[in-house]
Amino acid sequence: MADTGVVETLLQRIEKVDDGVDSLEVASSLGVDHQVIVGAVKSLQALGDVISAELRSSKRWELTEEGTEIAEQGSHEARVFSSIPLEGLGQSELMKLSFGKIGFSKAMSNKWIRVDKAHEGGPRIFRTVEKIEDQVREKLLLVKKGDMTQLEEKEKNELKKRKLLSEVTVKSYWISKGNSFSTTVTKQEAELTPEMIANGSWKEKKFKPYNFEALGVAPDCGHLHPLMKVRTQFRQIFLEMGFTEMPTNNFIESSFWNFDSLFQPQQHPARDQHDTFFLSDPALAHEFPQDYLERVKKVHSEGGFGSQGYKYDWKIEEAQKNILRTHTTAVSARMLYKLAQQKFTPVKYFSIDRVFRNETLDATHLAEFHQIEGVVADYGLTLGDLMGILHQFFTKLGLKKWVEVGNSGVFRPEMLLPMGLPEDVSVIAWGLSLERPTMIKYGINNIRELVGHKVNLQMVYDSPICRLES
Amino acid sequence: MPTVGVKRDLLFKALGRTYTDEEFDELCFEFGLELDEITSEKEIISREQGDSKASGASDIILYKIDVPANRYDLLCLEGLVRGLKVFKNKLEAPRYRRVSPANGEPQRLIITKETAAVRPYAVAAVLRNITFTQERYDSFIELQEKLHQNICRKRSLVAIGTHDLDTISGPFTYTAKPPGDICFKPLNQTKEYTATQLMSLYKTDSHLRHYLHIIEDKPAYPVIYDSNGVVLSMPPIINGDHSKIALKTKNVFIECTATDLTKAKTVLDMMVTMFSEYCAQPFTVEEAEVVYPDGKTCKYPELAYRKEKLSSEFINRKVGINESTEKIAQLLTRMCLLSQVTGVGDEIEVEIPPTRSDVIHACDIMEDAAMAYGFNNIPRTTPRTYTVANQFPLNKLTELLRQDLAAAGFTEALNFALCSQEDIADKLGKKIADTRAVHISNPKTAEFQVARTTLLPGLLKTVAANRKMPLPLKLFEISDVVLKDETKDVGARNSRRFCAVYYNKSPGFEVIHGLLDRTMQLLEVKSARGTGYHIQAADDSTFFPGRCAEIFVSGKSVGRLGVLHPDVINRFELTMPCSALEMDLEPFLGHTAETTLTHDVPMQEVIKHKFPTQDGSLQAPSSQPASTKTVFGDMSTPAGLKALNDFLADRSYMEGFVASQADTAVFDAIPSSPALTLCHLRRWYNHIKTFQRERASLPSAKSQFVLPATPPSLTNNTSDDDEDIDLFGSDDEAESAEVARIKEQRLAEYAAKKSKKPTLVAKSSILLDVKPWDDETDMGKLEECVRSVCMDGLLWGQSKLVPVGYGIKKLQIGCVVEDDKVGTDLLEETITAFEEYVQSVDVAAFNKI
Repeated sequence: MADTGVVETLLQRIEKVDDGVDSLEVASSLGVDHQVIVGAVKSLQALGDVISAELRSSKRWELTEEGTEIAEQGSHEARVFSSIPLEGLGQSELMKLSFGKIGFSKAMSNKWIRVDKAHEGGPRIFRTVEKIEDQVREKLLLVKKGDMTQLEEKEKNELKKRKLLSEVTVKSYWISKGNSFSTTVTKQEAELTPEMIANGSWKEKKFKPYNFEALGVAPDCGHLHPLMKVRTQFRQIFLEMGFTEMPTNNFIESSFWNFDSLFQPQQHPARDQHDTFFLSDPALAHEFPQDYLERVKKVHSEGGFGSQGYKYDWKIEEAQKNILRTHTTAVSARMLYKLAQQKFTPVKYFSIDRVFRNETLDATHLAEFHQIEGVVADYGLTLGDLMGILHQFFTKLGLKKWVEVGNSGVFRPEMLLPMGLPEDVSVIAWGLSLERPTMIKYGINNIRELVGHKVNLQMVYDSPICRLES
Repeated sequence: MPTVGVKRDLLFKALGRTYTDEEFDELCFEFGLELDEITSEKEIISREQGDSKASGASDIILYKIDVPANRYDLLCLEGLVRGLKVFKNKLEAPRYRRVSPANGEPQRLIITKETAAVRPYAVAAVLRNITFTQERYDSFIELQEKLHQNICRKRSLVAIGTHDLDTISGPFTYTAKPPGDICFKPLNQTKEYTATQLMSLYKTDSHLRHYLHIIEDKPAYPVIYDSNGVVLSMPPIINGDHSKIALKTKNVFIECTATDLTKAKTVLDMMVTMFSEYCAQPFTVEEAEVVYPDGKTCKYPELAYRKEKLSSEFINRKVGINESTEKIAQLLTRMCLLSQVTGVGDEIEVEIPPTRSDVIHACDIMEDAAMAYGFNNIPRTTPRTYTVANQFPLNKLTELLRQDLAAAGFTEALNFALCSQEDIADKLGKKIADTRAVHISNPKTAEFQVARTTLLPGLLKTVAANRKMPLPLKLFEISDVVLKDETKDVGARNSRRFCAVYYNKSPGFEVIHGLLDRTMQLLEVKSARGTGYHIQAADDSTFFPGRCAEIFVSGKSVGRLGVLHPDVINRFELTMPCSALEMDLEPFLGHTAETTLTHDVPMQEVIKHKFPTQDGSLQAPSSQPASTKTVFGDMSTPAGLKALNDFLADRSYMEGFVASQADTAVFDAIPSSPALTLCHLRRWYNHIKTFQRERASLPSAKSQFVLPATPPSLTNNTSDDDEDIDLFGSDDEAESAEVARIKEQRLAEYAAKKSKKPTLVAKSSILLDVKPWDDETDMGKLEECVRSVCMDGLLWGQSKLVPVGYGIKKLQIGCVVEDDKVGTDLLEETITAFEEYVQSVDVAAFNKI
């Protein structure tokens, strides 16, 4: 808030005139810096319509630092002239003076002085006229007084060239009475303070209005990753539907659990080097449930359990190969096998975790992504049950067409029976990627902006909470 | 899923009607196909090579149709049309027949033993008096290519050769020879080459070079000659030019060489069933005889029809519909599975034709029935499966912690589990050999050389990619790393880590340290040496010397924090100081009442399966006299039953979430059906009663709930175990069995000792000191547990909590016992059974009354 005294004086001045006052004039007549008046204007404006202030700009000539020096002490040439006594002065001595060099040449061209180069003891300077008129100083003094009218344009430019004058743009306010003009203004408070609350003074005070157009201060906080936010929601959906989470914290899997146990033949293209990451260390898995392994081998190579089998030479060496799991169904297979080792009880399982594919990468494909998987094992499940549960699941997601982003089916008897599950138990399952719905949800086109180190942190900071149903 | 491209107008002509694109899309959906794209040759060329190249190309409209991977019978126009027409009841599925040649002498293909080392199998057949048109010819070539790419696995399993029979003369010999000894003019070449020359010639062939590796390093290459020494083909690379087929070819000799005989037969069946349509006698195929090195001969193609019998009830039950037997037979017939009602109950006899090699189980027939019925016509139902959901404890902890770390001002990053060796070793100033990293054998780029062993490089790369963001950058990640671990079946395991970095103009060690303190607060670990956490200076090449500390929790190292070494900062292309924290989260998993699911499977089977069908042989009930003494007190007393009732209030089973031996043991301890007022107990009792038939096959108990009534003799423990049942499949269980055995032995010793004491009726007042498991133990619960111990002749008295230091308090509780009924040993034993709460029990005072 500007000095209250200045504000009041300003208001009184405005009251006395009919039209208005110029802030520059007020400043010079009050003998205060112009900025003080500008401050007073600003604070009066903040009060509402007390005054109206119109911004004006005008050009004005001002003395430069050098110009000011000359106006006070005379031009360099005049000072040279006056520093030369009648008997003359050695040129070298003159040059020692601060104004010597510039003043000497100017005084020479004005023919006020002369040089006797042949003088003994070096060149010596003598006056040539008795009296001089320091026009430069006089002109500058006129400018200083603000009396520019007596100077011709040419003279101004001459002085400007000598860097004694400079032209400046001056901004000032033309201040006149506003609609609610008054000479007495109560100071407006910026904020409510503890003191005001304590002594009740807030009741009398006026408060400065807030600018509701401005943005607030961003809170200093951390943020959750959007993909993980969506993961949380999917977990929530499964938990709401009564599904138990599977322990999928094993990225390294044997081909046996990842492929063979699922009745995927050993020549299947998914088991190709081009699709699956194999390990060189540890290259092989070394332990399998032997009886089960024998039954898997048999159902692949000879059939059984009502199946023709694939009728090929099943090799343990192929099953032993360690890989980065290509789907979380490898874990589902382990869980179902374990289930078969107990008295069978119906289960609903889910998992959301990373899987790996040695595929060609593009804007929507990475070598690793998150697979969402749901599995239900119970007596007598039907295809109608599968479609019903899928419908419920995708209804919870809020978008029925998302069915297209996933896969679903009934596990084959060739997979379930060798595990030892009862014959009348069916297992239905479905899966989809977590990245795809997340990209749709958050409108992200390049998966690299979402997952991995090239993530756009601003996107992470700005991403809204995940409400799948909307 | 293979995609088949067919000319639309040709397709419609063959189908006998036209469709709009939408109608055809709908038809595809009904038949389990997908109309992927409507395009033209011109469009494809212009998209792939630019408009200029496409100018002369045809703009006949093509349908690109996605076909299920194992439906080889739909890979060409002929098969598609046949399938769709049968589906729409416009055609009866043709019967494919193998016929003998008119002269009675079939073509012979003799296999020599040399082929065994490279490509041992071959099958053959003849298409006699075939009429090709340009379209048919193109389709014939195209089908070979489709089969090669799919079932033949890029010719590695099977390779097809087709020849103009009139240019060659049998018998044919399939043999293998050193490449230098094979010389012939290959297809579409003008001169002869040796096999060695061919291999180098085709090195640059955009198509053939993909197949060279199949035989390249073999000492002998497979080759087929006719009786005049003309080379028919050098499978799986190229045919000879001499016998190549053309539009005017009338008689086609087809040979398939293979490393998988089953697939070779399937491929041959597909070729001949699809194109015998154009023979003078449609759908007949002339047989060929294959002579094996052992002299055995076989006639091909097999064209085998297989019959399966199943019930309509099976189909209805699996699909979830209710259709008549006749209707289901009709549905299957429309899927080219000719079906008849046998009249025996609801039995249907289904004939699987040679074209449907994908049908290998009754479930495939069921699926076809569902498809013909229309998936969208199946009523949606909700499974009645009732289950209680559990979160995986490690994920639950992760989820909870993530939220609070974000609230602590850190932003979550999500980095790849795969990275380069450099990322986890060199860049962090470590040696790759010291990282315990698992290595990938076939990475396409350096980004996928190893699975990460630390989360730090990912976070530093995230910082580097976001250097334009305002400072400070505060990031965290909770994720799995992978470490080699000999004890796991696959030799590796995941480890859940928490990592955070602070990147700013000053290192901000205090910020990272503060985050550690906050994390420990969230995990309820106090700052203290010994039982809590503390940090202590450590040397680590990743960190700036003197600016690294190791984090200890209960004396065990869980991770490190510190200011990163400037070299590390430089190697990750960063410019500012950075401090970091990385620690294991798994040590912070609390105890849980639930049995934690793991992916470790028992390596020996717990239930010995009897295949093919299980019989439900009853296990003989245990003949041991039941004790009524349990850790909940005597089950013959109301107090004991009440304690058990309370215990079961929020549990389904004694242990975990499935019935186990723990349940049956306690069940046996209860003399009679519990009172109606004990609702939780009754619910459990009735439930466990239903397990009586298979009680012996239930998983073993982890803890002992039932105390023996009399000192059990050690000899009768194992004698009546059923040999078929291995109750202790895993090491864990074996261990707990061992613990149980030791406990029993101790109890026996105690009982023996006790029995020697004089039988005076006397009472004592005992003051017990019960020390909690750790500083986080809920003392209220602890006291509840202690007081839940009910024994005949035991009366609990007053108690108080007495501080023992470091904020830990012990429970001092008094009781009065009848000396000959309750001993201090038994009391101690019973109380320490509450392992989750109780560290130790001491007798502070013992006074005879």
